[in-house]
Amino acid sequence: MANFLPLGAFLPKPGYQFLPFDFTRLESGEYLIVNLSGEHLILSKAAFDAFTKKQITTDFDQYWNLKAKQFLLDSYDKETSEGLLASKYRTKKAFLDGFTKLHIFVTTIRCNQACQYCQVSRHNETAGEGSDMSLEVLHKSIDLMLQNPAPAVTMEFQGGESLLRFDLVKEGVRYSKEQNKTIGKQIEYVICTNLTLLTDEYLAFCEEHGVQISTSLDGPADLHNKNRPIASADAYTIVTRNIRRAQEALGTSAVSALMTTSRESLKYPKEIVDEYLALGLRSIFVRELNPFGFAIKARQAVGYSITEFISFYKEMLSYILKVNREGQTFSESYASLLLTKILTPWPVGFVDLQSPAGAGLGVVVYNYDGDVYASDESRMLAEMEDTSFRLGNVIDNSYEEIFFGETMQNIALVNCNEALAGCSDCAYHIYCGADPVRNYATQRDFYGHRPTSDFCKKNMFILKYVFELVTAAKHDTSLDRILWAWITRRDVNQMDDPGYCN
Amino acid sequence: MKLHTKASAVGINNRLVAKITNTPIAEKREDYFLIVEDVDSDLDCTGYAGILTKRLPELNKIMTPWIGGFDNMELLKPGYIISVEQNGFTHVIYRPESHNNTLFVTGRCNNNCIMCPQPPTDSEDLGWIESHLRFIDLLDADLERLCITGGEPTLLGNGLVDILKKATIRLPSTEFYMLTNGRQFAEEGYVQKIAAIPDLKLLCAIPVYSDVAPLHDHIVQAKGAFAETVKGLHNLARYQLPVEIRIVLHKQTIPRLLPLVEFIYRNFPFVNHVALMGLENMGYVKNNWEQLWIDPVDYQDELEAAVRYLHYRQMAVSIFNLQLCILNPSLHPFARQSISDFKKIFLDQCNSCASQDSCAGLFKSSETRHSRGIKPLTTEDRTNSLAN
Repeated sequence: MANFLPLGAFLPKPGYQFLPFDFTRLESGEYLIVNLSGEHLILSKAAFDAFTKKQITTDFDQYWNLKAKQFLLDSYDKETSEGLLASKYRTKKAFLDGFTKLHIFVTTIRCNQACQYCQVSRHNETAGEGSDMSLEVLHKSIDLMLQNPAPAVTMEFQGGESLLRFDLVKEGVRYSKEQNKTIGKQIEYVICTNLTLLTDEYLAFCEEHGVQISTSLDGPADLHNKNRPIASADAYTIVTRNIRRAQEALGTSAVSALMTTSRESLKYPKEIVDEYLALGLRSIFVRELNPFGFAIKARQAVGYSITEFISFYKEMLSYILKVNREGQTFSESYASLLLTKILTPWPVGFVDLQSPAGAGLGVVVYNYDGDVYASDESRMLAEMEDTSFRLGNVIDNSYEEIFFGETMQNIALVNCNEALAGCSDCAYHIYCGADPVRNYATQRDFYGHRPTSDFCKKNMFILKYVFELVTAAKHDTSLDRILWAWITRRDVNQMDDPGYCN
Repeated sequence: MKLHTKASAVGINNRLVAKITNTPIAEKREDYFLIVEDVDSDLDCTGYAGILTKRLPELNKIMTPWIGGFDNMELLKPGYIISVEQNGFTHVIYRPESHNNTLFVTGRCNNNCIMCPQPPTDSEDLGWIESHLRFIDLLDADLERLCITGGEPTLLGNGLVDILKKATIRLPSTEFYMLTNGRQFAEEGYVQKIAAIPDLKLLCAIPVYSDVAPLHDHIVQAKGAFAETVKGLHNLARYQLPVEIRIVLHKQTIPRLLPLVEFIYRNFPFVNHVALMGLENMGYVKNNWEQLWIDPVDYQDELEAAVRYLHYRQMAVSIFNLQLCILNPSLHPFARQSISDFKKIFLDQCNSCASQDSCAGLFKSSETRHSRGIKPLTTEDRTNSLAN
């Protein structure tokens, strides 16, 4: 019979050190604390005070919770705590592995639609050749993409309206596949298009080459046509018909849509969702108006305050949750991204919300004129005659000059929110990102000023709201099921089916 | 079902491992024990590993080992592999019809868990390696699965690597399932050696009993064990070796079960499977009953929350060793028939149960001490359970 030691023989010595964490007081009076790896705990005021005064002891469950999630380091097994934290931190930041993964090709800046809020400052459909990418620029841009160390990249055709020059899309796919034969990267192809010019020939090509389609749908007919007019045609009828055609030819998962919120949209949160549901789309990406291009000039007509956007977003999300509770799986993509950041150990490669910022590191834009920009927003600025984020030119500059040049170095000085005033001690910064391009566009300063930043206001609000959902889900199984169906992209009705894993 | 029997033996110098045959054979006699009803003077017994018989004959000259006077001779069937100690103690170590064949490689362990059903021994086991290799030679090539256990198998060091190498070559289609505490895997070089075995099909089943080191180390009664197991798990992941995490459910693990599965998901999201296991009332459990026993009907909420937590996160999860009648119906689809055939029983009241054919049953050791919730399920219960 062995002699067993009591638990007391295994307890740490009294006292502990803090490991890095940030905190905020919630409206409930409790404290949310978040650590480097994105794990969080909610503590009562009493527990929070005891913890921060180094008075909490092993008699309390919260002591062990704090130790298990590496908020504190005591005398028992320091190395394991540090090792686990390091490993989780590396995993969370693994979106950096392999460098730039999203390569955007602006094959033409011409467009057949006349959206009031156009952020890219499109040229008229009838504009001359100077508005399209030359073959030489296309080929050189693809060479740069393939020179990138990332083993898997996304090649995204943007516009303007990319279907106006489908020949360039075809050539881009052909040339990249040919060049890639000896390189062996995994290349995913996406066309961003308003779908109004879709033909059977284009669809056949997309099917053959596994090209996915990302389109825009702003809501019901009146709203869509108001936001996204086409001269003497019903844009809504054309786009919905073509979404169905594309879904039929390529499968529903190969077609996604996003909506841009105009002032008019604010009135129709439910109707917009119903429109998406009717088309069999499984998610919606709700985007606020970006401060670029025509959207700035048209601000009086289509703009709104960030507070208005937030209440619209909240109303829409509540409606989406209701739809899910009634048994229809449908997600909002921004909320899903944030949930993935908060609730999983995995990295999230979303270039608009990450630290280090996506600009240049996660995404690069090859513009129709051969200039290379650090992000989609960077080239939008360029159309407004501000080339602050121009990294170089595909004809004139080498890979090194473009990706490690002065502009990129200046971006790198301010692309980590861990080192930005107003971000570095924010409880939510692990889930948020730095955005020097937007800071510059709205505040004329790469570094930015958080107290007056709409980007900060919006993300703080949405993150708080998502945390309310996360907290509520701990005691609400049906909500928990919905959130995890979104994160894991599964059917909410089958979440409890034991054989249902993928 | 007992798998061992006492006997008397003559002519044995070392532990013998061989397969039983009841018909005389011409070749490779050293791999076989010939089993005979009665001793016939004409019997040609040269070359066999040994002769098994009811009663030992009077022998003048011992050429071949003889084993006889078994307590339970019905146990010995042709095709079985047995081991025989010098004192005649005989163990059935392989039955072709069983799904629970096990290679018990050592009795030693560097943990001393408070609920260990088979407490470690100090036996000198390095000499066993040869007989383990021999055992592998005798196995049928179509064997589906072999469990490697102990004690702590990795304490054999390179001996274990040799066993795995040989087993992988000899049994290319067999899946190996090793019960280990994973502590030796903290040494990266050791994991590297195992991972380098070509075509290895090995799943390591490793227990993690708490999300914090002191509580885990208390349960396994070894300071520093948690640190090594955690490091071991990460090393196994680094070399892409499949891992199952095992949690035994008892009074020490239930209070932090949800934080524990959360810890597993956040730190070891790569694991292939998590097994939540009912207690086996054997070994130390009997001594530490008060410290360990909590009736499974009293921890269904905790268990359900843990299973749901993992399942929503796409982590494969199973419940081992618990009976359907005491599990919440939502948990029935996760329950596995995990109790080995030779340890499994049903109680009298189970005879009228409609779900007996899909139930894990009970450990033989739970015959008298078991959950107060054991009761026969009706056909209606069964329908509900299948609907889940």
